[in-house]
Amino acid sequence: MSAIAGATARPDTSPAIQTEQPLLEVRNLKMHFTVAEGLLSRRKASKIKAVDDVSFTIARGETLGLVGESGCGKTTTGRCILHLEKPTSGEIIFEGQNLTNLDRKALNEKRERMQVIFQDPYSSLNPRMKVGDIIGEPMKVHGIHPDRNKRDQRVAELLSVCGLNPKFMDRYPHEMSGGQRQRVGIARALSLNPDFIVCDEAVSALDVSIQAQVINLLENLREQFNLSYLFIAHDLSVVRHLCHRVAVMYLGRMVELADSDELFSNPLHPYTQALLEAVPIPDPEIERRRAHRIMKGEVPSPINPPSGCVFHPRCPLAVDSCRQEVPQLRELKPGHWVACPRV
Amino acid sequence: MTDTRVLLEVENLHTQFDTSAGMVRAVDGISYTVNEGETVGIVGESGCGKSVGAMSILRLIPDPPGRIASGSVRFDGKDLLTMNDAEIREVRGGQISMVFQEPMTSLNPVLSIGLQLCETMEIHLKLGPEEAKARAIELLDLVGISEPARRLQQYPHHLSGGMRQRVMIALALSCKPKLIIADEPTTALDVTIQAQILELMKDLSNRLRVALIIITHNLGVVARYADRVYVMYAGRIVESGSASDIYHRPVHPYTLGLLRSVPRLDRPRGERLIPIDGHPPDLTREIHGCAYRPRCSFAVERCAHEAPRIEEVAPGHASACFEKARLERLLKEAS
Repeated sequence: MSAIAGATARPDTSPAIQTEQPLLEVRNLKMHFTVAEGLLSRRKASKIKAVDDVSFTIARGETLGLVGESGCGKTTTGRCILHLEKPTSGEIIFEGQNLTNLDRKALNEKRERMQVIFQDPYSSLNPRMKVGDIIGEPMKVHGIHPDRNKRDQRVAELLSVCGLNPKFMDRYPHEMSGGQRQRVGIARALSLNPDFIVCDEAVSALDVSIQAQVINLLENLREQFNLSYLFIAHDLSVVRHLCHRVAVMYLGRMVELADSDELFSNPLHPYTQALLEAVPIPDPEIERRRAHRIMKGEVPSPINPPSGCVFHPRCPLAVDSCRQEVPQLRELKPGHWVACPRV
Repeated sequence: MTDTRVLLEVENLHTQFDTSAGMVRAVDGISYTVNEGETVGIVGESGCGKSVGAMSILRLIPDPPGRIASGSVRFDGKDLLTMNDAEIREVRGGQISMVFQEPMTSLNPVLSIGLQLCETMEIHLKLGPEEAKARAIELLDLVGISEPARRLQQYPHHLSGGMRQRVMIALALSCKPKLIIADEPTTALDVTIQAQILELMKDLSNRLRVALIIITHNLGVVARYADRVYVMYAGRIVESGSASDIYHRPVHPYTLGLLRSVPRLDRPRGERLIPIDGHPPDLTREIHGCAYRPRCSFAVERCAHEAPRIEEVAPGHASACFEKARLERLLKEAS
């Protein structure tokens, strides 16, 4: 596609050894929400630390997986990067520029380069707009191709890049299946030639056979346009398949970060280990041989999180000191970071 | 499974819905059996009829627009489809109970946990209030809920999703059923909670010798828990067999397609998935021949005008495909 300038396919090098400046850097990101307790009285307001001191980088052409269970802060992290949420503190450095202190105009320019694909292909597309207008709207907003014909041409191009017939331009979302709608969402995200896309559970709502089509599409687009993805998902099998590196979050904190193959073959944090053991593999022979140790308990309330290491009440390795000290990330192997003093 | 007494036998079941777009054959002639105490997995994608098929067993299909057009469902020697309303109510929640996907909506939000548990037992088991309460506490303890006596006074919104699903299981077990139908029981739950709930169900089903039908789209869940598997596509069963037949020796192109398109935790990054082209058929239109034909790489001329019937390829392993022999041979050669 000619319209995406400077997009050269490059070999799939491991991002861990890339020395150039990362495309995106998140430093000490904190997002604390205030919630009033009680329905009628505004008694004490408590703080939810949705994201608490999270840092990572994403290289050009890299897919970073962000995994964890509901309420771990993975979606909020994505929203903060896109500045859909103003972070409490921390820095988001995109192409060398700190987004947190840009003015509105400069921020909007940067925003062109970062896009998002949402989970639900039903609620993320306006049911009253035609597909062509949905995909063309970002261009209209950002003043690219103000001429309608030019814009439609580009929309047609985007549709075919995403594996849809350009004729779909004149359809409404309800005339399409879930998989087709998700392709429309992807085409919209691509419309401004972004460098970086937040995929927030982008394939979670799709059926297996359709999911595989969309996974392959995302992978092809990344290679073709040298895109970077922040791939937020709870399905670890999909993450293993797509991501170069993976960060695991628990109750707002990052507990482990490593190269994908390293993380899945050698998980170090007890939470990551439990998470991986809980995922069934579609092979009855392997399942018969696997130990099914089941982690007890549930994720505690973020309003009143445990002291010290937030994972200690469920942790098989916990000792007294875990109740007091918040563990810091340590690099145990090159590129493999773990926030647990006991491993 | 040493005991192979058949508990449930569904034969040639057809369930249809009248919609504004025309008649939908949601379940189009399925037959299957469940033996006492065994775990059967029914897999398929959205709209393949797996849930409607299971709901039809208990005649829980809203009529109109739905209707069980033909077929028979024999449970423990009795035909459920010809029973009168009072008789089927005895079976529902009594000998057969259900666990649904949404633990948020399947419990009544304005009734306490205790009331919901006790009511069922007072009706089905004819227990007195005190007895029912004692058994409710016992059941909550059995499904791993702490402080069971206190929970009886609580309401569903006091509990987390995982806890509510545990209550649903307690409810399902309360009247000592012989069969539990679990329809996507863990789809709405986080992965570690999903593992807890499934492990609990499997363990209880073994200990109490309750047969279990797990309806899911998750191939991993079926591989971990099911003894036998039925694969559904467009309202029909396309393949059935033991779990290892289905996963290691599939003889239907759709099963093979599903297995190749699902990403696996034990496979390295970048391994290409082989998706199934196209999408499932629109069931409001009449399907000529095999419903899978437009997406199938094994399709031959005959598939266009004749629907394949399900036939055994080996004892206990059946496929509804004209080209099953060729598929089997090719897979054997490849391995």
